[in-house]
Parts: sequence; C-alpha cells; structure tokens
Amino acid sequence: MNALFLSRLQFGLTICFHYIFPPLSIGLGLMMVIMEGLYLKTKLPIYEQMSRFWTSVFALTFGLGVATGIVMEFEFGTNWANYSRFVGDVFGGPLAAEGIFAFFLESGFLAILLFGHGKVGKKFHFFATVMVFLGSAFSAVWITIANSWMQTPAGYKLIYKHGKPIAAHVTNLLAVLLNPSSIDRLVHTLIGALLSGAFLVLSVGAYYILRRRHLDFAMRSIKIALVVAIAASMLQLVSGDANARMIARYQPAKLAAFEGHFRADAPSGMSIAGWVNARAQKVYGLRIPGMLSWLLYWNTQHPVIGLDKFKPSDRPPVNPVFQSYHLMVGIGMALIGLAAAGGFFWWRGTLFNQRWLLWLFVFSALGPLVANEAGWFSAEVGRQPWIVYGVLKTSQGISPHLPASQVLISILMFSFIYLLLGILFVFLLNRKIQAGPIPLPATGAPGEHVSVQPNVRMDA
Amino acid sequence: MTLELDQIIWFILLGILFTGYAILDGFDLGVGILHVFVKEDQERRLLLNSIGPIWDGNEVWLITGGGAMFAAFPYVYATLFSGFYLIFMALLAALIFRAVSIEFRSKLESPHWRALWDWSFALASLLATILLGIFVGNLAIGLPLNRKGDYVGGLLHLVGPYPLLVSITTVALFTMHGAIYLSLRTAGPLQAKVRRWIGPAITVFIISAVTTAMVTLVYHPRLTSAFRHNPGLFVFPVLLMLAIANVPREISRGKDLRAFISSCLSIVFLLVVLSIGLFPDLVYAPNHPQWSLSIFNSSSTFYTLNVMLIAALIGMPLVLTYTIYIYWVFRDKVRLGSHSY
Repeated sequence: MNALFLSRLQFGLTICFHYIFPPLSIGLGLMMVIMEGLYLKTKLPIYEQMSRFWTSVFALTFGLGVATGIVMEFEFGTNWANYSRFVGDVFGGPLAAEGIFAFFLESGFLAILLFGHGKVGKKFHFFATVMVFLGSAFSAVWITIANSWMQTPAGYKLIYKHGKPIAAHVTNLLAVLLNPSSIDRLVHTLIGALLSGAFLVLSVGAYYILRRRHLDFAMRSIKIALVVAIAASMLQLVSGDANARMIARYQPAKLAAFEGHFRADAPSGMSIAGWVNARAQKVYGLRIPGMLSWLLYWNTQHPVIGLDKFKPSDRPPVNPVFQSYHLMVGIGMALIGLAAAGGFFWWRGTLFNQRWLLWLFVFSALGPLVANEAGWFSAEVGRQPWIVYGVLKTSQGISPHLPASQVLISILMFSFIYLLLGILFVFLLNRKIQAGPIPLPATGAPGEHVSVQPNVRMDA
Repeated sequence: MTLELDQIIWFILLGILFTGYAILDGFDLGVGILHVFVKEDQERRLLLNSIGPIWDGNEVWLITGGGAMFAAFPYVYATLFSGFYLIFMALLAALIFRAVSIEFRSKLESPHWRALWDWSFALASLLATILLGIFVGNLAIGLPLNRKGDYVGGLLHLVGPYPLLVSITTVALFTMHGAIYLSLRTAGPLQAKVRRWIGPAITVFIISAVTTAMVTLVYHPRLTSAFRHNPGLFVFPVLLMLAIANVPREISRGKDLRAFISSCLSIVFLLVVLSIGLFPDLVYAPNHPQWSLSIFNSSSTFYTLNVMLIAALIGMPLVLTYTIYIYWVFRDKVRLGSHSY
C-alpha cells in the first residue's frame, strides 16, 4: 500500500461520508422554506410545528455536514500538494468563493434560524430560512463548478517548464465557471439533493401514519414532500439524459465504462444489470442491443466511442464504474416509480391506506442517499486515471514527500471518528423521529384544519 | 494595478481573514476550554449558549482563509498543508469533535452523556488551540524546505521549543479572551465566577507573551529585522503592549466591553507584528533562504488575483454587514430557551 493508493482511499472515504449530509441539508432546506412559507401565508400552527420539527432535523444534518466538510477543504493541500500547485490558479478561486458567498451566508443566518425565535420578527425569520437554504445551495454551486472543471477543463492555458506542464493558469474566467459540464452536473447534483430531503420527509411521514402518530403533521408533510419528489424525480431523468449526452461528447471513456462498451465504431447496447469482465471485454447480463446508441443519437446503429479507442493505461476501471452507474440509474427509476405511485393514490384519495406503499416510502429515504453516492463514485472513478481529465494524472497530483504511514494513521483516525459519528447520527435522528414534533399549544383542536382522508382515523 | 500590488493586497487580506478567525473563534475556543470549570448543568449550558448561535460562523473565517490561501498563494497552501500533515489531521479531529460535541450534548438528559460531551468539547477546544499555536510558532521561525518547496523536516521538528512556547501563549490568550467574552455575556453569580478566571488568565498570558518576545529577540532576529530597518514600524509593537496592558486596567475598573476590545486589539497587533516580521515571506526556509515561499514567488496569476479581489470586495462587505447584524441580535446576556443547546 503506497501513499497514492492510501490518499485516494482517504479522499474517497472522507468525501463519501461527508456527501451524506450536504444533500440532506439542501433538500430539507427547501422543505423548511416551503413549510415556513405556508405558515406565514396560512397562519396555521401546524405548519409552524412542521417547520420547527424539520428545522431540528436540518440542524443535525447541517452540523455533521460542517464537521466533516472542513476536512475536504484541508485535504487538497495535505494529500494532493502537487495537484494544488498545478491547478491552484484555477481551482482555489471557487473554493474561496464558496467560503465568501455560501458558508458565511448559511452559518450566519443559521443562528437566526435556530436561535432567533422571539428575537426577530416572523417575516425576518422566514428570510433567514431562505438565506440558509440559498447558502447551502450556493455551496453546491461552487464546489460542483470546481469539480466540473476537473472533469471538463476549459478556460485555461498550460505553463511549461523544461518542456513539461507545471501549472494551469486561468485565461477566461467565464469559460472556467461555465465549463462544458458545469450546468448539467450542477442541475443533476441539486436535484439529487432535493430528492434526499423529499424522500426523508416522505419516509418519516409514512412511518408516523403506519404507527398512527402525528397524523395531521404526517399527512401534510407527505403531501409537500410528494410534490417535490414527483417533480424532482422526473426532472432527474431529463437531467440524467442531458448528462449522458454531455459525457458522450466530452468524456467518452467514462461513458463507455458506464455501459462496458469496448468496441470502437460500433453501436452500443444498454445493460439493465450485468457484470463486466474487462479482460475478456465482455458484459454478462440483461442487455438491450443498440439502446445506448438510440438514447444518444436516436439511431440504434449509430456508433459510440468504445474503450479500445483509449490506451489501456488511459481507461478507468470498468466494472466498478459500470456497477455504480447502474445502481444510480436503477435507484433513480425506482424513485420515479415510487413518487408516481404516491401521486396516483393521492389523486385517487387512498394514499394513506396503501400500507405497502407507505412501507416502501419508509425505506425510500436511503434511495437518494445511495444514488447520490453511487453517482458521485461513477463520475469520479470514471474520470480516472486523470485527476484533471486529459491534463493531469491522479498519480501526478499527490503530495511528494508524504509518508504512507502518516496517511494510514489519518485513515484509521477518520474511520474511527466517522464510524462514531455515523452511529450517533442514526441514534439521534431516530430519537428525534420517535419523539416526534413538539405538541401544538392546547388552544384549538389540532386536527380541525384537516380536510383530507376521512377514512384515516384521527384518534391516534 | 500591478501584480506586486495585488500580491501585497492578498497578503493583507489573508492576514485580515486569519485575524478575524483568531478574534472570533479565539473566544469560542476559550469558552470551550473554560466551560468545564463550572459544575452545574445549567451554568455550563449558559456558557455554551453564549457562543451557541455564532461559533459556527466564526469557524467559517478559517475555512475561507484556507480557501483564499489556496486561491491566492497555491504554493504556500500546498507546502503548509502537506508539511503539517499530522498536525492538521489532529486539528481536523479537534474541530470535528468540537462541532459535534456542542451539537450532541444537550440531546439527551443523562448526566453521563452530558459530562462526556462537555469534556470532549473542552479537550477538543484545548487541542485545537494548542495545534493552532504550534502552527503559528512554526510559521514564525520557518520550515526547512527543498528546492521544490516541499517540507523536509519530519514530524518531530514541528514540535520544537519555540512553537511550544507560542502554543502556551496562544492557550493563555484565548482563555483570557474567552473569559472576558463570558463576563460580557453572563450576569449575576455566574458572572462573578467567570470574572475570577480573568485575572489568572491575564497573568499567564502576559508572562508567556513576554517570554516569547524575549526568546524571539534573542534567537530569531530575522523576525525583528524589519523593525530595525524601519524604526517607524515600532509603533505596532508599542500598540501591542498598550493593548495588552489595557486589558487588566479595564477589567479592574469593571469596564468589560473596553477590556474585550483591548483583548481583540491585542490579537490584531500580535498578528500585525508577526506579519511585518514575516513579510514578504509566507514560508521562510531557514535551511536555504532563497527557497523560501514569498508572496512574490508563490502567488496565482495577476488575472486570478484581480478576479478574486473583485469577489472579495463584493462579498466581504455583505459578510460583515450580516455578521454584525447577527451579533447585534444576540447581544443580550444569555438566557436559556427551548431552542438552546
């Protein structure tokens, strides 16, 4: 085990754990904005109860996002010093901008959001909620732009010393920010975040209904979440399609790895599920011939660039990319199905009697989390062996004098801390869910505004 | 605008970001170290909630400072972060535990649970302060580098006597700063308890600061050469001494706010004096001074520095406006409510 392998493992491990939380914060942020907005508009106390409950869940995910996020800001320098030297002129800017335009905004207004009740007016409190949501979304904007530049670098020139490239310098800021993959990837990431929040709310709401607890709270939460889930899961399909076309054009090796497509100048099929034997250049499993060609070019016979266009040393590891990509797509499809089923039964007026669907909702919260991770994995591993696609190899980006033993120590340390945090997060989240929302003040019957589902008993 | 001017401006801006961090998170860390010295849950909660709404935003100054260093001086960022590898990994662990301790501690009623997270919060705050002090101490005396700018000194070199001395001074400074902050934000018998911590903290800080100053004068003359060549710069060490001396004076007269401002100014002038001593180097290489990373040989391009400057000029006034507003909202003495930690 060398420092390079260990550094990649460390980065993968730390970002994998970190990436559970920011999407949840962004997704729950939108939920808070909608619920508090409804409260301001309707003055119904139930919406205040809802926004406060989901804000307290948000606080937990946000806290863990901050605690694990600072690690990422350090790791570029600690483990990837040569990468930092090479791309600092381009890559440092978005990171600094993330601090100035996103982190300050969200952490500042979070103080008002969490502790400002009674100290500021209701409208200003709502404004603070919107700012926290925007701050968390801006953070996604900057970091996705920075990462997209690593995928499809643009707007730079290479600086050479003794005939070797030593640095990338910005020549056109706009081209850096709006590099060919920025917008497609940003949209995909943000929708993925909205799905995380929506399905967590769906999951908890469905659990309460199945357990006959907090019914008004649960039904209203589910309806809001279902609207977001239906819209976001459908849009994610459109966005996924746009991303595939973009990748076909700018990172053909990655796209070929997604589908295990080896032969150049041949039409490519699409697997529903399968296993890639990279040595035999074969994919075993259920495969629709010509489907990828058709999806990309509306023609089942259109050739798709295959992996054998690339030197073996320039290819990503095929099977891991294939598997994580198909996991993401599969979950995405399942989420569309779940959201659509929810919408259908809502329209029929029997949503809250479909126990099988509610049980699926309970477990659906894991769906977007796993899909986000799998999508990130396929995007990043699919970029290999490059750290900046076509410009700098991952092996060239490492800190040159870093002893493997020190990296190993840090991996053990992070593994221990993150395992502990993961357990505590699940424990505290579960406690919060079991405790439920803070009861409404006794004045007025809590259920009196309920106008739905007379066939659900309200005496729970 | 010239490249040189931009490089100097970014040196100053980085200084402002890290000074902002030291002032703001300085009292958070001080409160973290001190809060275990009261025993009752209610009192500990009051102390924790004095920083509850704001500590998180204060830490952002460090994150933004790191990002700005990456953007403006990528070679310095790469050298420092890879050179201080295990120190920074331990700092990360400390900052993680600090963040989650305050978040977790009031989630359960159990006294064992709370004691566990209180001690985790205190030790994490102490460790973070010690490590930040070690970092600043090493920065002051420089790091052995190779021709490519990589640190070549090994781990033990980083915990030499001078960095440890600076570290002790930092712990004393943040403890003093935190105690004065707590006196501002508490009332009644708790305030009386808190005020008793200020005197010892000031004493330890002044002793360690004077020791550090003398050791610097004797063993690290490079840090003082700028002052010897430009005697006019002596105004800053003088202001530093006046600010420090004013802290006990204001405390004894019961003027806590003025004492707090003096404590903030002490931090400002400490970092100003350090910056003047370092200028124009950011990482001085004592083994081969020509390999030092200065603001002139390790910055980003003119174009990037300019773009970043525009971003900072748009962003930082906004940040300052709402930061000041938020501090204003939470200016009262702390009380516990249903949303407190």
